[in-house]
Amino acid sequence: MTVAVIDYGAGNLRSAAKALAFAARTTGEDVIVTADPHAIARADRVVLPGVGAFAECKRGLEAVPGVVAAMSEAVIVKGRPFLGICVGMQLMATVGVEYGEHPGLDWIKGRVVKLTPNDPTLKIPQMGWNDLNLRRPDHPIFAGLKSGAHGYFVHSYHYLLDRAEDLLADVDYGGPVAAAIGRDNLVGLQFHPEKSQAVGLALLGNFLRWKP
Amino acid sequence: MLKMRVIPCLDVKDGRVVKGVNFVNLVDAGDPVEQAKLYDAAGADELTFLDITASHENRDTLYDVVSKTAEACFMPLTVGGGVRKSEDIRKLLLAGADKVSINTAAVNDPDFVKQAAQKFGDQCIVVSIDAKETSPGKFEIFTHGGRNPTGIDAVAFARRMAENGAGELLVTSMDRDGTKAGYNLALTRAIADAVSVPVIASGGVGSLDDLVAGIREGHATAVLAASIFHFGTFTIGQAKEHMVKAGLAMRLER
Repeated sequence: MTVAVIDYGAGNLRSAAKALAFAARTTGEDVIVTADPHAIARADRVVLPGVGAFAECKRGLEAVPGVVAAMSEAVIVKGRPFLGICVGMQLMATVGVEYGEHPGLDWIKGRVVKLTPNDPTLKIPQMGWNDLNLRRPDHPIFAGLKSGAHGYFVHSYHYLLDRAEDLLADVDYGGPVAAAIGRDNLVGLQFHPEKSQAVGLALLGNFLRWKP
Repeated sequence: MLKMRVIPCLDVKDGRVVKGVNFVNLVDAGDPVEQAKLYDAAGADELTFLDITASHENRDTLYDVVSKTAEACFMPLTVGGGVRKSEDIRKLLLAGADKVSINTAAVNDPDFVKQAAQKFGDQCIVVSIDAKETSPGKFEIFTHGGRNPTGIDAVAFARRMAENGAGELLVTSMDRDGTKAGYNLALTRAIADAVSVPVIASGGVGSLDDLVAGIREGHATAVLAASIFHFGTFTIGQAKEHMVKAGLAMRLER
């Protein structure tokens, strides 16, 4: 079984791959870092990391020939499990509004907009550990975890979902902020499981075992 | 809600931890990777390496340390010291650092921060500000470990760095560093109140109350300390429990 971590120059690529490889010690998957469309289309699971700005990441993804099509082939056509991390999650949106309006993959309906906490003393970016409220605690990605577990966040933009049922978990940052989203074989995490110590490794292990 | 962060800082020279440590269960107390693992297990919220390697030839030892740490510790890692060029940042991020802190290079060329933020993203650019209180309520940037005055106002500089795309500011009071007299709270607060990005308080921690004050009075959202953890005066767990008792929101899970 192969897990393809999409290589398009994202800053957290190595960390994500290393943490997945660590989590895969018990599940036995091969974690590959690749930009090869054939390898991606054939992969059993696909992980899209991402940090920085939405438009920059989208451009980077589209700059690698055939990668977006191969991801769609694996994830949308074949229904292979997909995990988007941070901006990799945000790229699933219909549109992102960071430095102008930019279309996303439109896999989970919604918009990525600037964080506007209702408490003016809260800093932007949200940087640090926040406790998750699991809205779908029965989702296999949360196996063994409870509300109150912490994830490590670094972001200035957040995902506004069109459909409430796509929300898996949120955190409070001067109002609710989507922390985990998903539908069918898709999952996105706004925080960084690869930096969230035991909780993060548990989530990555759950993703590797997930059979949607 | 978002928790306040406790960040231990390790001084690294030629690939070795400089400040001595009392951890008896360590095979090699000078190995930064071993130390990082301990802090990871103890529930530190982030970890910072400050590279104080003098010669440029020995700099590769740092990349090796960062890479080995990133393989063993799945927590946020910031690396600073000697970051002068875009290439330095790229190499540290590729080795596995999550954030890179820029000090002298930001003072010498504020546009360097802007370029770095555009290229690598705001989230991984920390600007490290070393300042002294030169007269009451007046803070000046110093470089070279506090030896060289620059004439630059620290609060104005902090504002400019945040505008240039720094995702976070590490504010060290150089007149307190190593004194155990507590953070210069007036400095921390003046900067934290002037910018919208998170501020890490640093320099001078001697007691656990100092950590509380850094947040409550200094308005920082993270506190950095070196000696009190290195020399085993307090553990990360003791620090966090003390902060919880003082009414601060902390992450206690490990």
